[in-house]
Amino acid sequence: MGKTLFDKIWDRHVITTVPDGPTQLYIDRHYCHEVTSPQAFQGLRNRKLRFLRPEKTYAIPDHNIPTVDQDKAIQDPVSRKQVDTLQENAREFGISYFGLGHPKNGVIHVVGPETGLTLPGMTIVCGDSHTSTHGALGAVAFGIGTSEVEMVMAAQSILQAKPKTMCIKVEGKLRPGVGAKDMALYIIAQMTTGGATGYFVEYAGEAVRALSMEGRLTLCNLSIEMGARGGMIAPDQTTFDYIKGREFAPAGAAWEQALEEWKMLYSDEDAVFDKEVQFKAEDIEPMITYGTNPGMGMGITESIPPLESIDPAGRISFGKALDYMGFKAGESLQGKKIDYVFLGSCTNGRIEDFRAFTQFVHGRQKAPEVVAWLVPGSKAVEQQCREEGLTEILEQAGFVLRQPGCSACLAMNDDKIPAGKYAVSTSNRNFEGRQGPGARTILAGPLVAAAAAITGRITDPRTC
Amino acid sequence: MEKFTTLTSTVVPLPIENVDTDQIIPARFLKATSKEGFGDNLFRDWRYDNNNRPNQDFVLNNPLYSGSILVAGKNFGSGSSREHAAWAVAGYGFRVVVSSFFADIFKNNALNNGVLPVVVSESFLQEIFEAVEADAQSTLTVDLEKQTIRNNVSGREESFSINAYKRNCLLQGYDDIDFLLSNKEKIQAWENENN
Repeated sequence: MGKTLFDKIWDRHVITTVPDGPTQLYIDRHYCHEVTSPQAFQGLRNRKLRFLRPEKTYAIPDHNIPTVDQDKAIQDPVSRKQVDTLQENAREFGISYFGLGHPKNGVIHVVGPETGLTLPGMTIVCGDSHTSTHGALGAVAFGIGTSEVEMVMAAQSILQAKPKTMCIKVEGKLRPGVGAKDMALYIIAQMTTGGATGYFVEYAGEAVRALSMEGRLTLCNLSIEMGARGGMIAPDQTTFDYIKGREFAPAGAAWEQALEEWKMLYSDEDAVFDKEVQFKAEDIEPMITYGTNPGMGMGITESIPPLESIDPAGRISFGKALDYMGFKAGESLQGKKIDYVFLGSCTNGRIEDFRAFTQFVHGRQKAPEVVAWLVPGSKAVEQQCREEGLTEILEQAGFVLRQPGCSACLAMNDDKIPAGKYAVSTSNRNFEGRQGPGARTILAGPLVAAAAAITGRITDPRTC
Repeated sequence: MEKFTTLTSTVVPLPIENVDTDQIIPARFLKATSKEGFGDNLFRDWRYDNNNRPNQDFVLNNPLYSGSILVAGKNFGSGSSREHAAWAVAGYGFRVVVSSFFADIFKNNALNNGVLPVVVSESFLQEIFEAVEADAQSTLTVDLEKQTIRNNVSGREESFSINAYKRNCLLQGYDDIDFLLSNKEKIQAWENENN
């Protein structure tokens, strides 16, 4: 019987398996940020251990960092301490560190792929659930907790139960004005927020193959929002073209050899998945969320489901979510006033997202009452925005580009949405308080965000 | 890690589904560089109002309910991988979380911190909520050795699954790093073969 892509990579990385227990899995790449690592470094110190393979870990502060005045010291003393702690830990344990202001600083899940540190066939972990992003290049990438971070530091491996496999096929062609974020939010809405828990997902089908590399990163990024352990896409010419020439990617003879190996990374025709799901690309329209988990999403022309359609055990949670959002069951959200727009994050902070947003707002003006935070995913994206003239177009339209970081996605820095305010956000989570205590998040793609920024309301970008 | 064998306790009911880790411990409390103190901010934004006054409607502020078992609705611990959520649950004093479904990363994080996630059927879960609503002194008994959970009001018992390795770790109070490092030669052998 053939193997799935996931099985090919996983099986190759098995060091040993505990009888009736988990697998000890070798880890090729470990990314490390300031929030989920300090206790792991301290754990090593307590045990008097060093990194087993320090050269395989890259540390980048991104969660806490300010998105203005990055050349100055971080104002918040607690944030500053956490960032400084990462820098000191990186120095003490001899690992690579791309600190604030470094040309390779940025959101760790944006920097990994764009520098060529993320490659097909790798096992990749980080103490961050959106590590699933890297699966877009054909890697087995997943988020872990801090105890597991410590395991990787000490043993370049972790103990993991092998997840089940799921194939999600999206056939057909996306309609104009519909992008990877809409595809992802649509899939999550269909699957529900816990619907893929226990599974590792491979995305396939014509519409997935047609996505750009950056679109694929967006899609895989959101896998965790339906509970999946990770998401991945078989590498193809799109992947190879994206990687070639990047700083840490193999070059010369090593490139040719790598390419031969990467071309073997696909699910065999007779491979069997534990679960298979199919969607039609034509059914997807620009998506928005109306509730407090990413599974509570709908097409922008649709209405919030009526209470009667919700499973009785879930009605308390449904009602609680709508109360929090200030929405009513059954209502349409088009035309609702919004207060903030956030473009950025590991979900939509890449150059294509900034191009899409900029193209939409070109020649128009930001609604004066809207506060817009446009935060590039990395220093490289920031620079590219400048080089391509996007920064200038955005400024003419009344926008200001901030400096890179996780920013308002989880509001660990000063970029917090005030209580009760509505934010159309291209990030990944609409949980209560995610973007600040009491903040109300409507998740969407860059085009819906752009339309909201121009009109000050929830607006279908296809009609605006 | 603290050992776990059996536990009989009253419970704290939280009949809400999809409780994500941002609710368990909001991001603004993740700035600490140690594992201590997270229990104080467990469910912070449900537990306290904007002026940091205890929200009397929230179960943790209700003197009727206490105990070291948290019982929550389906899909507990979804979202962020932050282990701070497990530290907050453990730090508050819970040793067991019961739900009909857990998010994967939270489950691993809990086990790595001596907190036992127990998956029960939806009907068993609803019976617990009903029993606790009728009498806040209702208790559950969790036996890790036998892998059973018992509702001491109705007498109904269910068995739960946990992988044998993790069960043994909890029973003995071992953690994974000891095990991984005992395989150093195998790690080296893997590297020799694959690089």
